This record gives sequence, C-alpha cells and structure tokens, in this order.
Amino acid sequence: MKQLLTFVKKEFHHILRDKRSMLVLIGLPIVQLLIFGFAITNEVRNTNIAVLDNSKDETTQIIITKIESSQYFDIDRTISTSDQIEKAFKTGKIKVAVIFQQNFQEELAHFNKAQLQIIADATDPNQATTLTNYISSIVVDYQNQVNQQNKLPYTINTETRMLYNPQLKGAYTSVPGVMGMILLLISAMMTSIAIVKEKELGTMEILLVSPMKPRLVVVSKVIPYFIISLINVATILILSVFVLGLPIQGSLLLLIGSTVIYIFCALSLGLLISTITDTQQAAMLISLLGLMLPVVMLSGYAFPIANMPVILQVLSTIVPAKWYIIIVKGVMIKGIDITQIWKELLILVIMTVIFLSISIKRFKIRL
Amino acid sequence: MKAVELENIFKSYPIKKTSVQVVDDVSFSVDDGELFGLIGPDGAGKTSIFRILTTLLLADKGNAKVLGYDVVKDWKSIRNIIGYMPGRFSLYQDLTVEENLEFFATIFNTTIRENYKLVEDIYKQLEPFKTRRAGKLSGGMKQKLALSCALIHKPKVLFLDEPTTGVDPVSRKEFWEMLKRLKSQGITILVSTPYMDEAKLCDRIALIQNGKILKIDTPQNIMDSFDKNLFAVRSENMFKLLNDLRTFNNTESCFAFGEFHHLTLKDNDINISDLEKYIAQSGHLNATIKIIKPEIEDCFMQLMK
Repeated sequence: MKQLLTFVKKEFHHILRDKRSMLVLIGLPIVQLLIFGFAITNEVRNTNIAVLDNSKDETTQIIITKIESSQYFDIDRTISTSDQIEKAFKTGKIKVAVIFQQNFQEELAHFNKAQLQIIADATDPNQATTLTNYISSIVVDYQNQVNQQNKLPYTINTETRMLYNPQLKGAYTSVPGVMGMILLLISAMMTSIAIVKEKELGTMEILLVSPMKPRLVVVSKVIPYFIISLINVATILILSVFVLGLPIQGSLLLLIGSTVIYIFCALSLGLLISTITDTQQAAMLISLLGLMLPVVMLSGYAFPIANMPVILQVLSTIVPAKWYIIIVKGVMIKGIDITQIWKELLILVIMTVIFLSISIKRFKIRL
Repeated sequence: MKAVELENIFKSYPIKKTSVQVVDDVSFSVDDGELFGLIGPDGAGKTSIFRILTTLLLADKGNAKVLGYDVVKDWKSIRNIIGYMPGRFSLYQDLTVEENLEFFATIFNTTIRENYKLVEDIYKQLEPFKTRRAGKLSGGMKQKLALSCALIHKPKVLFLDEPTTGVDPVSRKEFWEMLKRLKSQGITILVSTPYMDEAKLCDRIALIQNGKILKIDTPQNIMDSFDKNLFAVRSENMFKLLNDLRTFNNTESCFAFGEFHHLTLKDNDINISDLEKYIAQSGHLNATIKIIKPEIEDCFMQLMK
C-alpha cells in the first residue's frame, strides 16, 4: 500500500513539474469547452443583409422593420442597387439579400399575391438554409397578422417546438462532444504516454527488477490520470451549467457514474496502446490518429451518424465515445434514466473488459 | 552454493531476417562475496547476460541461477534479493536526488534510514545536492546516485552493467573504491566494463567477445598465462612503424597501445638486435624497444585471434 502511495506521489511530481503536460491536462479541457461552447456555433446572429426595396410602400416598410428588429440581422443601408448587391455578395459583405418587387402593396391588395425574393450566399449551405428560413418565417409571421383581420376560410397553422433545446444553443451538442473527447485524450493518450515513457527512459527496467508487482506499477500509473479526469469532469460540468447555461436535467449521480465507466474504458484503451508501443512518439501518434480522429469524425459529435455510408456507420459502433455521447445527451439534456441507457452502458463495460483483458495478456513482466 | 551460475546459455536476436547470436554457449559461476568482472568490448553480449540474470530476458537455451533461484521459474524471488544498475542512466530526471532515493527505497519495501549505513559513503557525497533534480547532476554524480538506489534495499547480489562508461577518470577510481568497500560487507558483485584497466580490480574476470567467453580466471593468472615475450616499440613516425612492424616476417601480432606499439613475435627466442636492425633499415629515427609485462588488454588481443 505504501508502495502504491509513493508511486502515485511520484507520478504527480512528474505531471506537476512538466508545464506542458499540466497545460494539456488542466487548461485544454477548459479552453476547448469554451471555444466549442461560445465561438464555434451554428447559431446565426447579427448577419449583414441587404434589402432592395423597389416598392417603398407601407407594407414593405413594416416587413423591413420586422426583419431589422430581430436580433439575427443587420441591414446594410449603403446597398441600394442590384449591381451593388452582386458586388457585396462577392466580397462577402452580406450573406443574404431581400428584394421586394415593384408595387408590392398594390399587388398584394388587388391580386392577393406579391413577390419577395430572398437571395442567399450558399457557399455555406447550412447557414444559407438557416438564414432563408428565418426570413421566411418573419414574412409568414406578418402574413398571419394580416390574415387575422380578414379571415380566410381554411388555414393550417404549423406550430414548431424545439424540444430539450428551445433556444437551439450550440452548447447542447458541444458539451457532450467535448466531454467524450477530453476524457479520451487525458485518460487514453496521457496514460499510454506516461507508461511508455518509463520504457523509453529505461526506468521500467529497474521497476521490473524490484519486488513491486508489475500490475501494481500499471495501477499506480493509471490512478493520477483517473483523478485528473474526475477533476476535469467537475470543471466541465460546472462551466457548462454556470457559464454556458446548460442545465443537467437527469440524475447527476447517473451522469457521473456513467462518466466513470467511460473513463475506465479510456484508461484501459490507454493501457492497450502502451503495451503495443515502445516510444512516446508512437503512443501519441496512435492515440491521435487511432482515437481522436474517430472520436471527432465517427462519434456523431461533428457529423450525424445516420447520414454516413453504411461502412462508416458500422465502424462508428466500435468508437466508445459514440456510446458515451448518447448517454451524456440523454441524461444531461433529455433527463432520461438508467432504463433507457443501460444498453449503451453495457456496451462500454464490455469494451472496457475486452481492452483490459487484452492488455493484461499483452503486458510483459520482462523486457 | 554459488551466488550466480550460468550453464550453456544461448541467446540470439533476429535482425533483418537473419539472427545474431549475442550469447553463445556461456557458462560461468560467481562465488559468494566475489567481485566478478565481465570484460569485453561493446556488443560482446555483456548486457544480454546481465538481463538474463536479472530475469528481464529469457535465454533461448541453458540454465541460470542466482543464489539458487532459477531465473525463469523463480523470477519473483530473484527480484526481491538483487540490485540492478542498468548501463543507461535510468532514474527519474525530474525528481530530486532525495526523491529518487526515497522512491526506490519504498519500492523495495524499505526506508532510507533503515539501510543508510550501506549507502552512507556514497550518499554523503551527494547530500549537498539532495534537492537538485537528478537530470542536472554530472555523469559521475548520476552513477553514484544510481548505485545508491540499487543498494538501498541491501541486495545480496549486485549487478552493475557498465557503471563507469562515460564517467571521468577520478569518479571511476572513486567508484571502484566503493565497490571494494561493498564487497567487504559481503555483497556479491557482478560488474561489466569495456575498460581493460578496470579488470585488474576484480577478483576474477571473464573475457568475452562476440557472445563467447574467451577465458575465466583471476586477472593475475590471466596476465601470467601470456606465454610470449612482449615488446613495446616506439619511434618518431608511429603510423609508419605500425605498418612496418606488421610486415616484418617474424611478427605475430602488433597493436597500437597508447604511446607504444605492442608486438609479439612468432619466434620467441629471436635476438632483439634483429628487430632493431629491421626498424633502423625501415628508416625510423629514435626508435626504442623494451620488453614489458603483459596487461589484460594484451591477453585479450591474443585470445581474440
């Protein structure tokens, strides 16, 4: 027991004395969460748009005011001809242009019909779709207002409700994603590097020729990273609740419990990597290419799994982060209980057992 | 019971499809309390033999025992009673001197205080630097710290793999004095070195080359067994002299040895004047020839052939 404690203390010395590893272990999670939570988001705000009002009547004025008063758009008043619009699109000054036909109000009054054109810069298709939807909905909103005064015989009102994330905040997807990524990075990559470092520097040689059991060596190498992972989980959760305004709907205990299982899974993956590599560089490369890339690409965090080719969908099932992200989204955002995520939890447990038994089998008691 | 025993040990490594025999039918034994040296150049197989004895490596064939424990079957017991200092500096560079010693003491289930007497001589020299990180120590200091760490649990057998490689001459001398003191406390020491001058400081030595043992005996016996007259020759042009001596029809072997060339002749009874005449004919100025006592290195060169 004293051996274990001394070893863990030594391990913390290594971590605390290396500024770079400290930065990765403590700084990176916070920075990543804030960047993904605030800066990188699909939400649209204060987009520059141009309005070409060929009619200049009461109705167009009302619609323009409505567009302007929404927080999504800023109207660029300097643009007043179609030539200028084209130029502004090319230079990227505006993302959307709204063009009213001539005699807008008259046409609407006489023929019950008027034309309004929305032109969007579709170099970013997702953003273009979002923006045009916003403008359409503003126009539809106005139309409904007008229709209330002279009732039409048949109307179908669509009423949309965004469940779990009514404000469509980006943090709702980024927090589970960042948790899945950070925990894997710290638990798997840093652990495998720490173990391989002993091999590379030759200290493993002395540790092996000592009464300390080889398995105890590994356990003591893993403990500090387990503790640091837990600290990171706490920071991420506190930041996401108090800074990003993301509530934890489900049971906190369940969330932390499943996170511990995920950390174990990542740690055993790190052990596995350390048994198949001999240099820190190789361990890092395998961790980055073999773990980080799949986590970002195949976990459903950046791209929806359902839209992937079948082969990638199959591949994504062996990415632990995929299951963890499903659990976190479910518990944290939807507030579901264990009866709905036990399958995912079971998959993580099975993965952990597999990784662990392979690494125990592969762990060498000799050089 | 012998402290260390090896019987017909073989070990080969696969290198690019062919296999290289690094330990080739090695057998020797070390007595209890003996200071035994494995002497040989780099790549002779010294480190592999050490790793087999310290249970870090499995031999292809043969048996080896440390204090009666089999290195394969009883690896756990062996790891409790031996001290091992690898050839490469293998301590934690980012831990201080004191932290390193404390760490290794705990790993071996002991404390610094318990065995302080054993390492006192060595550690006293390190004590002024005990808060310095191990990575910032000089080469000699590093070796002293490594030795302290290998000794802190009072091992019965100490394995030192090239402990003086890359260490300055003064520290080397100090290091060997420490080994003698440890020996007087009854610790069996197995040490390897590529420096032939250190061989004389061992009780017995094994000369090893290309994985094969050339000879095992006390340094004195090995030097005595040199059965030829050995000449030390020098002149103003040493490079030309080496070539000239090697082409001399009575030369058996000639090697550059510091400021002299060491020469043995095929016909041991040759008159020294014949040799003097040949050297003078070859146009050498200020040539001196003397008969000298052979050193371990001369014996090694002779055995290598």
